[in-house]
Amino acid sequence: MLLLPLSASANVALVASLNLAEGVQLVSLILLGLIMVASALGVVLLSNIVYSAFLLGLTFISISGLYILLNAGFVAAAQILVYVGAVNVLILFGIMLVNKQEEFSVIKNAWIGKAATAAVCAGIFGLISTMVLSHPWAISTQTAAGDNAIEIIGQHFFSDYLLPFELASVLLLVALIGAIVLARREFIPDAEVAQATSLTLPERPRELVAAGARDDR
Amino acid sequence: MQLEYFLLLAAALFSIGIYGLVTSRNVIRVLMSIELMLNAVNINLMAFSNYLDPAQIKGQVFAVFVITIAAAEAAVGLAIVLSIYRNRDTVDMEQFNLLKW
Repeated sequence: MLLLPLSASANVALVASLNLAEGVQLVSLILLGLIMVASALGVVLLSNIVYSAFLLGLTFISISGLYILLNAGFVAAAQILVYVGAVNVLILFGIMLVNKQEEFSVIKNAWIGKAATAAVCAGIFGLISTMVLSHPWAISTQTAAGDNAIEIIGQHFFSDYLLPFELASVLLLVALIGAIVLARREFIPDAEVAQATSLTLPERPRELVAAGARDDR
Repeated sequence: MQLEYFLLLAAALFSIGIYGLVTSRNVIRVLMSIELMLNAVNINLMAFSNYLDPAQIKGQVFAVFVITIAAAEAAVGLAIVLSIYRNRDTVDMEQFNLLKW
């Protein structure tokens, strides 16, 4: 009779901690989602494209946080490495290379197209959300792979997804060579071959001081 | 209930990506919008992988493939943008009429 309230209180504490964990998950999901949607809107709507590129990095980082909430640490790390580290830096390089402040020619009645596009996008969002909310999802009750995810992904790569894996590596090679060929300059301007007579360092000549000289000041 | 939250977030990101893809005039912003849409698809794959197939996580495998293809696409897309910029001296989408009749 004495143990019962104790175990009941322990149960209550367990349930409370579970609720606490779920609450933390929910709060971080809401925060990450807000950051993601706001920065994606900034990417699309801001007029300065450099700000857009940095906000794109913020979007990628918050998406990586969402992956961590989904028990996928490996893909979260790959997301940060590939997207923030490679794609975003590549886009920033592209912006710097195409650095031209040009005023786009004004198109008459451009707002009609923008309003129609916004309406269509809102319609797509409404359709998808009603489909998502009305469909009965068959939620699985198995335990998540969690930290074993890396091993399972590796086994998938080298057993049943071996052919797509190799094709992806070939595609990366093709994209590498294709990007070099496309972005290379067609002609190399003849560089003036400057024949320097002697190799001299461009620095001011030092005053020579005799060895053992003492300045009498 | 959490699966629906992730799917709704992905739907919002996809719609924002489509809006940017259609209305942007700068080519690099169009590329960024395509990246947003690919990321929305990735969020969908990861959410399904966690909630519907948590034991053998095939969604994560597909997400890794999508990340690979997206990296290749960004590299080739920026190379094409640089090449067009050298020929046309502009990044305005409205003046790229190479493939129009």
